[in-house]
Parts: sequence; structure tokens; C-alpha cells
Amino acid sequence: MPAGSQISLLECAVQMADIPYNFPDAKGHFGQYGGIFVSETLIPALAELNEAYKFAQTDPSFLAEFDHELKHYVGRPSPIYHARHLSNHLGGAQILLKREDLNHTGAHKVNNCIGQALLARRMGKPRVIAETGAGQHGVATATVAARYGMKCVVYMGSEDVKRQAANVYRMKLLGATVIPVESGSKTLKDALNEAMRDWVTNVADTFYIIGTVAGPHPYPMMVRDFQSIIGRESIGQMMESFGRQPDCVIACVGGGSNAMGIFHPYIPYESVKLIGVEAAGDGIETGRHAASLSAGTPGVLHGNRTYLLQDPNGQIIETHSVSAGLDYPGVGPEHAWLKDIKRAEYVGVTDDEALAAFHTLCRMEGIIPALESSHAIAHAIKLAPTMQKDQLLLVNLSGRGDKDMHTVAEKSGIQL
Amino acid sequence: MSRIQKVFARLGDEQRTALIPYIAAGDPSPDQTLPLMHALVAGGADVLEIGVPFSDPMADGPTIQRAAERALKHGVSLRNVLEMVSEFRKENSSTPIVLMGYANPIEAMGVARFISAAVEAGVDGVLVVDYPPEEASEFANALKDAGLDPIFLLAPTSTDERMDSVAQIGRGYAYYVSLKGVTGAGHLDIGDVVSRLPNLKQRLGMPVGVGFGIRDAASARAIGAAADAVVIGSRIIEEIESSPAGEAPARVQAFISTIRLALDEPVVESAR
Repeated sequence: MPAGSQISLLECAVQMADIPYNFPDAKGHFGQYGGIFVSETLIPALAELNEAYKFAQTDPSFLAEFDHELKHYVGRPSPIYHARHLSNHLGGAQILLKREDLNHTGAHKVNNCIGQALLARRMGKPRVIAETGAGQHGVATATVAARYGMKCVVYMGSEDVKRQAANVYRMKLLGATVIPVESGSKTLKDALNEAMRDWVTNVADTFYIIGTVAGPHPYPMMVRDFQSIIGRESIGQMMESFGRQPDCVIACVGGGSNAMGIFHPYIPYESVKLIGVEAAGDGIETGRHAASLSAGTPGVLHGNRTYLLQDPNGQIIETHSVSAGLDYPGVGPEHAWLKDIKRAEYVGVTDDEALAAFHTLCRMEGIIPALESSHAIAHAIKLAPTMQKDQLLLVNLSGRGDKDMHTVAEKSGIQL
Repeated sequence: MSRIQKVFARLGDEQRTALIPYIAAGDPSPDQTLPLMHALVAGGADVLEIGVPFSDPMADGPTIQRAAERALKHGVSLRNVLEMVSEFRKENSSTPIVLMGYANPIEAMGVARFISAAVEAGVDGVLVVDYPPEEASEFANALKDAGLDPIFLLAPTSTDERMDSVAQIGRGYAYYVSLKGVTGAGHLDIGDVVSRLPNLKQRLGMPVGVGFGIRDAASARAIGAAADAVVIGSRIIEEIESSPAGEAPARVQAFISTIRLALDEPVVESAR
């Protein structure tokens, strides 16, 4: 592979076929995880989507359109930035940041939304729906819906609507209808339930844009493929700028889409360690966290089998994280599988550690990271001093922190 | 012959349609479930579908979700539901009971443990909403080996291949959801349902119950003319919701009696 070039989705798929890791299987299973755990009423919608994606996935014109949009609308490729000041300060491994925060809309979420919106257009569906927690995926979906002239409805827990008023307004500016969800805990998981219900009822003209690598097959695979642009670019950029691949790739994991996006192309690179960072909230021992892989057990939720935070009776429990984007009781099934086969390692970072890392990156590099991404930064800050100065830590800086100003100010006792 | 099969065989001989009401166990409170079950039987129910509450009932509409939330407020677990069934069996040994719910509470208990506990409690069939046939063949076989009937859903959009796989791994009856959408939704196209039933029944080789959207005597009767069973859920939950404390069993019994009467009236005209 020539240095500096980004490998295409098609090449990546071919490359993957030569090695033992080739998941999911035809029915969407990653070992015991993933699958299609949905009511019969959703099966035809998923079958239709699966067929359409199977075709698009290897269709050069679809892939070219996707690449074109990523370049001209999102502003890709996102650079890899060497955080020299921070690295020198820590005195260990060199910290490199994959700058997904520089994407249009300010996070990696838009990569996937463009892929799914283009697919929706090919399938002749003029209406897109989405679920959102903090509002980032909702904003990304509303953005691409505006871009492609599609009708857009976003489901958001009524608690989140209250907490994230700015993002609600953003979505409305972009022409989307935001529907507050009053059921259950009135947060992300309930928004997801409600979006599924809309989809079941309106499948003839509606495409459901899921925001993470979870849900029933083919979503975990499809979202991963669209997000894998992050890792595919990184592989080329690392060769170009450093002449080699990193020793370790670190990314935060809520549902896990930014992590899977950067991990997946690296799976065949056995010398590259993959570390996912979950939200340990107030600390795993307190029970107030969102670390499904570190502290959960396998179960079935939202269409797939994966690690879940649940009580002994199998009821899903409420989660906590300072970062709304990581506040989810499940996790993408491929992460569950990567954990079990030990290809990736998953660790927890608390609210306080993430906030400290947030401030450190602001001060030392002039970059305001999203609170989600701050979890990954926090782990890099812990790890770097234990490594050699010539070792490379690649951190996925999945989003920018503008959306988190209120939360951070409040935590610092400042009223904006 | 299982208790479910016996009921359908008897009703078939009598040329009557089975009436299958649904309630969520523990709604409005755990002490009301047993009186409600007996009231449903007294009102003319042939099989009882008992919902196992789950925190994230993705395939259900707001009405049934509210019922599950009320039950969960009382901490009702799968284990509690099985205890309720055991209690019911002390007084009623003939009415089949189908547990309807989601996979996770069962997996949390452990499939093998669940199945033996269900047999012991006197459960007859199990419908796991988020176990479609492709994910459920092992589970269905384990149920059958234990003498329980695995019940599966089919929808207007289900292909012939899917009907065949339900015919293969299902038993007892199949539950045809008569409209796209979630429980409690409106817009039931009776003509469409009735026209699809002959093919469905033939392919399945087992009784077919129809549900999702049946709300009153007229719609029950129209569907009942072609289906082996009608399933009513959200409408009963609404009755429970609107009942003053303690009156839910009597109100539900009165409601279900009107459906029973409508189903048993001789059919004069075509269902359309």
C-alpha cells in the first residue's frame, strides 16, 4: 500500500477476508453476540435494509458517492495531530490525536449519517428518523436530512430535551421535528424504543438511522463500515507521517461507534493494542456508571445480544455518566466479541478523571474535547508515562466540546 | 396433547373461536393479577396470555408499556410471575397459560432454569417477542422437550419461508399480528387480515390467533369468523387503567363477556 493513501472500504473488506477475523456471519452474529432479536414485525424492514446494504457495500458508485460527500461536505480526511506539548509534559509515549472533532457538525457521528442517508435515498425512502441522547446523533441526522432534502423526525427522551435545549434548537433550525419521549426513564434507551416503534409503523417510506454500532443486524456491521473511514484514514496517515502504525489505539465507548470505526481496520494489525474506554461515572464500585463491558453481563436488548447493565431479574438499569453520549446501558455487539476474544481491552474512566483530562487538553493543546472523547484522553494520560518516548499512542478525538460548556462550567461551580 | 392443543381441539369441534386476553402480570398491582386471571376465565377466556414485565418493551405500544412500568414499580420479576401462575393453578387446572415477554428476563434467569420452573408452575406456552425463529430454534426445541408450546408471531409482511419456519419450530398456535406497528395501534384492516388467513392456516398446520388492533365486539367478531382465536391486549389494559381501585376484575370480566358473546353469535354475513 502506498504511503499516505487511504484504503477503500472495498479493499478493506478484501483484506479482512484473508485473515481469520471475519465477522459478523451472514445472520449478524459476532460469536454469541449480535444477531436479530426483534419482533416479527421488524423482520421485513431489516431484510430490506440488509439486501440494500449488501448491494451498496460493494457498489463502486455508492462508495464513490460516500467518499465524495465525506471529502466535500464533512471535510475529510481529518488530520492526525501530534500533541507534543502534552506528550512532553507526560514524559512518555507520544500522544497522537485523530481529529474527528474537526468534522462538519463537530464529531464522528456525521460519517455514519451520511452513509445511511445515501442508502435511504437509494432505497427511495424520503423520511428519516433517529434516536438521540445528548442530541449529537440527532443533530448529525438533521444535518444530512437537510443536505439531502429529507423529512426528519428525531426521538429524544424528555429528560434529555430539558438538559440539551441548545441541541434541540439546532435540530429545529435544521428543519427536523423533535419528539420528546415520556416513557420509561425518558432518556436515550427510551428514545430508541420509540424510534423503533415509528419505524415498524412507517417502514414503507421511512429509514431508521441508528447512531451507533448496536441494534439488530445489519446495523452494527453497517455503522462500523461507515465509521471505519476513521481507521482506514489513520492507517495511511500513520505510514505517511510516522512510517509505522501506533503501538496502541484508544477510543471512548458508549455504544461504541467511534471506537469501532478506528479499531476495525486495525484488527489485523496484531501489534497494535486496542483499548476502549468506558464511562465509570462516579466509580464502578458505586454502581453509578455506564461501563457495560467492564461491569455488565451478556443479555438481549435493542435487537442484539451484548453486554448489558441489568439487575438480577434481567431488567435494564439506569446508567450514569457526566457525558451523555456514553450514558447507555448496552454496547455494540462487536465490542462484546472483541472483549471476549481479547483482541481489545476495555477499561473505565470516571467523571472526575474525564473532566481533568478535558481541562488538561484545553490548556496544553488549545483543543476543547467533547466529554466523551475526554474519557479516551484521560486513559492516554494515565498510560503514556508508563511507555517509552518513541512509542505512539493514537487517540480518537471523536468530537469537540462546545456542546459541553454548560456541563463543565456547572461542574466547576460557574454559572454561564 | 398439550393443554393448549386440547382447547383448540375442543373449540374446533364446537366450531367456536378461542378468546385469548392479555394482561401484564403485576398490573395495576401484584395482588390484582390472580383476581384478574380468574375474572378473565369467568368472562369467557379460553387461553390467558400473561405479560412478563420488561423495562424496554420495544415491540409494544404505550398502553402495554405503561402496564409493564406499573408492574415494575412493584418490583415484579419473572420469578414472581411464575409464582402467580402456580397460585392460579391451585384453582384452575384447565385454562392454558402462555407467558409473553422479552428475551432478557428469561436469559437472566437462565433458559434451562426458566423452562423447568415454568413447567413446575403450570405454564403451557411461551411467546418471546424478540426471539424470531432465526434466533430461537434451540429455545423452541428445549420448550418442546419440556412439554411447553413455543408460540411465534407472524405479520402481514411475513414471507412464505418464514411461515414455514414457524410451522416447523412453533407449536400450539401461531400469533398473527394483524397490522404493522406496535400493540394498541389503530387502523385494523379486517378485510386484509381475513383474506390472508386461509393461506396462513394451511401453511402453518396449527391454529392461528389474530391480535394487535382488536378493540371491540365488532372487530373481534369479524376476525373471529376467519381466525381460530382472537387476542385482545391493549383494550383490556385500558379497562384496567380506567378502573377505580379494586374494580378492575369486575370491569374486565364484563368487557370480556361482551367479546365472548360476539364471538359465539352465529355468523350471518361474511366478515367484510
